[in-house]
Amino acid sequence: MEIHEYQAKEILSGFGIQTLSGGLAYSPEQAVYRAKEIGGNVWVVKAQIHSGARGKAGGIKVCRNDDQIWEAADDLLGKRLVTHQTGPAGKVVHRLYVEAGCDIDREIYLAYVLDRAAERVAVVASAQGGMEIEEIAHSKPESIVRCSIEPAVGMQEFQAREIAFALKIPPSMISQAVTTFMGCYRAFRDLDATMVEINPLVITKDNKLIALDAKMSFDDNALFRHPNISELRDKSQEDPREMQAADRGLSYVGLDGNIGCMINGAGLAMASMDMIKLAGGEPANFLDIGGGANPERVAKAFRLVLSDPKVEAFLVNIFAGINRCDWVAEGIIQALDKVEMKVPLVVRLSGTNVEAGRKIIKESGKPIIRADTLAEAAEKVVAAWKKHTGRK
Amino acid sequence: MAILLTEKSRVIVQGFTGQIGTFHANDMIKYGTNIVGGVTPGKGGTRHLDRPVFNTVKEAVRETGADCSIIFVPAPYAADSIMEAADGGIRYCVAITDGIPAQDMIRVKRYMRRYREANRMRLTGPNCAGTISPGKAMMGIMPGHIYMPGDVGIVGRSGTLGYEAASQMKALGIGVTTSVGIGGDPINGRSFKDILELFNGDPDTRMVVMIGEIGGPQEAEAARWARDNMKKPVVAYIAGLTAPKGRRMGHAGAIISAFGESAAEKVEILKECGVTVAPTPAAIGQTVAEVRKKHGIK
Repeated sequence: MEIHEYQAKEILSGFGIQTLSGGLAYSPEQAVYRAKEIGGNVWVVKAQIHSGARGKAGGIKVCRNDDQIWEAADDLLGKRLVTHQTGPAGKVVHRLYVEAGCDIDREIYLAYVLDRAAERVAVVASAQGGMEIEEIAHSKPESIVRCSIEPAVGMQEFQAREIAFALKIPPSMISQAVTTFMGCYRAFRDLDATMVEINPLVITKDNKLIALDAKMSFDDNALFRHPNISELRDKSQEDPREMQAADRGLSYVGLDGNIGCMINGAGLAMASMDMIKLAGGEPANFLDIGGGANPERVAKAFRLVLSDPKVEAFLVNIFAGINRCDWVAEGIIQALDKVEMKVPLVVRLSGTNVEAGRKIIKESGKPIIRADTLAEAAEKVVAAWKKHTGRK
Repeated sequence: MAILLTEKSRVIVQGFTGQIGTFHANDMIKYGTNIVGGVTPGKGGTRHLDRPVFNTVKEAVRETGADCSIIFVPAPYAADSIMEAADGGIRYCVAITDGIPAQDMIRVKRYMRRYREANRMRLTGPNCAGTISPGKAMMGIMPGHIYMPGDVGIVGRSGTLGYEAASQMKALGIGVTTSVGIGGDPINGRSFKDILELFNGDPDTRMVVMIGEIGGPQEAEAARWARDNMKKPVVAYIAGLTAPKGRRMGHAGAIISAFGESAAEKVEILKECGVTVAPTPAAIGQTVAEVRKKHGIK
């Protein structure tokens, strides 16, 4: 789960990380009022969407008076920002964060991630902040500082000092840096984060170490023990279909193609999508119905795939282990009784209760194209899609 | 022979009396697995499925001589159960549970290192379909009948894609020594490399099929290890050619977040290391058959 910049800053400041004063605004009036509360003579109006690289997309505006703040807020609210992280559909701005300006001396990159190879939390930092880590890794790989944290004892102060000195933070600011680095680690560990990124962490001209931006994401599997974090979920930032699926215990990812997919198991789902591509089509979605799906759940999943207007053909591929082919077949028929099927449907069933499943499909009299193997399923659905749409 | 699991393995079920534990314990017993009992804290002293229930793993090991454990305990408590198994003297543990927090698994892995390599429990999973040595025993949730006994080792992250591979092979008359699911989570018990090592040392396994997917460094690590050490041919397939960067495809670990984690990059590394890569997921069985022919395996 991802959260907004202002939420991440609020969390991190509770762990001793310094941030600038700021406030949330839902309207231009509020934005101007927030600026008054903050005081000073320069402010930054920042679009709150779940994505980095907002600056490049025009989502961050430096303002010097009320009129500029009003204009910036008016322009950003309701706007759809497209960054390379949001995909072409972009994300709509519903909240703004108005923050005090500051005089920046240097920018640093700081991130905490799950290092899968080492099976530990790792710190990745660079004295070349402001850019994205991929850019830094590409153009200044020698500037990257890494530190691996022993899970039994957690991060130690000497590690934080080593990072600080490697980043050439001035000696007078080392203790501030240690507080910041240790605090980020504690936030990561205590809240089951999967990423904490401060980019940039800035050294100001008056020698303060400040998180100018902040990004946190959390382990969905651990949200059960962090109700306070679950509350920060902003559904407006999520794809409505993915959200609907997640609420029903299904795993769905929307993609750009035209062939809808309903499959059991993440690996088989990815493999079936690969087969569709190799057969000359493009998948419209990833959908794993999971194990032990009853007919009602199958019917819901089926309708969810069809609710995507891009879908011009539909593939169901089930290799039942703890699922049952007869239940899947019943679910499909249930769904077909309620919605009018305007696109060709290919169903491949295999595994537990396959004969019963095939019988239900056959006896339903519905126009369903049967496939028996993975290869046949992909070829038939792509062929049917081409015939249906007249594409070659 | 087989790896990890044989007809002699004495298996306990952690989360024995729950609905899921009961259902699959029944299936495993039917397959012929030597299930000697189970653990459900608070229900010790009772019997379930005609077998004894214990409060702790240590007690179960002491009373039944169990050396293997399969875990169906719900995600919030599963890490604790794995550590209990490791401390209780279990030699091989399969964690089926899906949804264990990643930091819990980091703790589990760190905890297991307190035992010397020789005494350390082997863990596969979590979030896997389990392990089966066809014709001998099954510790998992797979449909046992799709696996035919034979001489090919299978190791994979995904359950259903593993079924697909096994049934393609069965259709061509090719059987399996042991099929091991290592699970779809970012932090897992044993890696592809660990399982390749075991297959390399198993005299009955003559070749190995490795079924990977996007995300993480384990497929590449296994490929490099195989290039330098593997005495047997390896066939691989990597799922997720069409997966976009930065999106989680079902499995918690199936996400392309760094260089070298996409399907295309992994395929390239595997090929460079001398592994035969099946061109499509529908051609895994066929590719295995071709490699067998090339290496004179009958």
